[in-house]
Amino acid sequence: MSLQKEFTKGFFAENPIFRLLLGMCPTLAVTTAAINGVAMGLATTVVLVGSNCTISLLRRLIPPRVRIPAFIVIIASFVTIIDMLMAGFFYELHKVLGLFIPLIVVNCIILGRAEAYASKNPLLRSLIDGLGMGLGFTISLIVLGSIREILGSGTVFGFALLGEGYPLFIVMLLPPGAFIVLGLLLGLMNRLRKA
Amino acid sequence: MLHLFVIFLSAILVNNFVLTRFLGICPFLGVSRRVETALGMGMAVIFVMTLASLVTNLIYNLVLVPLNLLFLHIITFILVIASLVQLVEIVLEKISPALYRALGIYLPLITTNCAILGLALLNVIKGHNAIQAIFFGLGAGIGFALALLIMAGIRERLELADVPVALQGAAITLITAGLLSLAFMGFSGLVKL
Repeated sequence: MSLQKEFTKGFFAENPIFRLLLGMCPTLAVTTAAINGVAMGLATTVVLVGSNCTISLLRRLIPPRVRIPAFIVIIASFVTIIDMLMAGFFYELHKVLGLFIPLIVVNCIILGRAEAYASKNPLLRSLIDGLGMGLGFTISLIVLGSIREILGSGTVFGFALLGEGYPLFIVMLLPPGAFIVLGLLLGLMNRLRKA
Repeated sequence: MLHLFVIFLSAILVNNFVLTRFLGICPFLGVSRRVETALGMGMAVIFVMTLASLVTNLIYNLVLVPLNLLFLHIITFILVIASLVQLVEIVLEKISPALYRALGIYLPLITTNCAILGLALLNVIKGHNAIQAIFFGLGAGIGFALALLIMAGIRERLELADVPVALQGAAITLITAGLLSLAFMGFSGLVKL
């Protein structure tokens, strides 16, 4: 597969959220606004690129029998770094995303890429793979976050979009809205693929 | 005593781990196809959650805090949970082969269940002591099992329903979860913490 294809596969063909249904917990939890999607997506991307590169470099040194615990420790180290950086520099966002920053450790996308890709491929390819998958995840979060923000508060990235008189669709910002919007989006994707 | 009951009840109903906190969505969507498997998974989760809540709480308060190693808490928790699940598996196989056969295949899956790590982290955020952690873990586990069982019951019926082609599979499951979550919102205001 060409490098360019490795990069773009995470956007559509193997999109982690819409095609593989991975990483559902942060997807549903943080997408009450588009900006949260950006923050969560980029934090995950940094961890994914870091862990993919490290695991790719160490792939001949890690004994196959203990590879999963080794991967988890590497991922957890990167998550700790991101957690501290965000608490230091983006305190407000860190407070909004809260629990879900440390929970990047158990995001199945990251362990999935480590096991399926980085442990078998050289550095450059693993880096591109991590970047593509991470950005695919970020874009999906922004799409979901924008839809919920527009319906729920009439704004997108904080800019008023639907004007003053818009009757706010509050349930979209509450937990049920997350499930329903994602379910309908998946249905729409299925429909478009068939057509 | 009343405070412990409030922690317990709110973890089951008001702040249900799956339907309002979005923790453990993967097993919730993956293992909710049959009521029997949902029951097995639910039991395994209740057991591991209660134990993991207590153990991570003790390690945090008795090891990490005195040694000033708080920055290691994410790594410590995930390793403790992984080894705990492994240990439970080994012990269960020796002590109660029947229970092991019933829960066996679900146990390894629990390691990557974000509800367990989330529980450990929530204990830290809320500053629970060991007793509170046990009740919180038990309530969270029962809440997870309850959501899983209700979902499995609905999905068994959904198989006979006439679902539009585009919505079949994950899409209708998510929409159903949304309606279930809406129903659980009726519990908010039941207790105040």
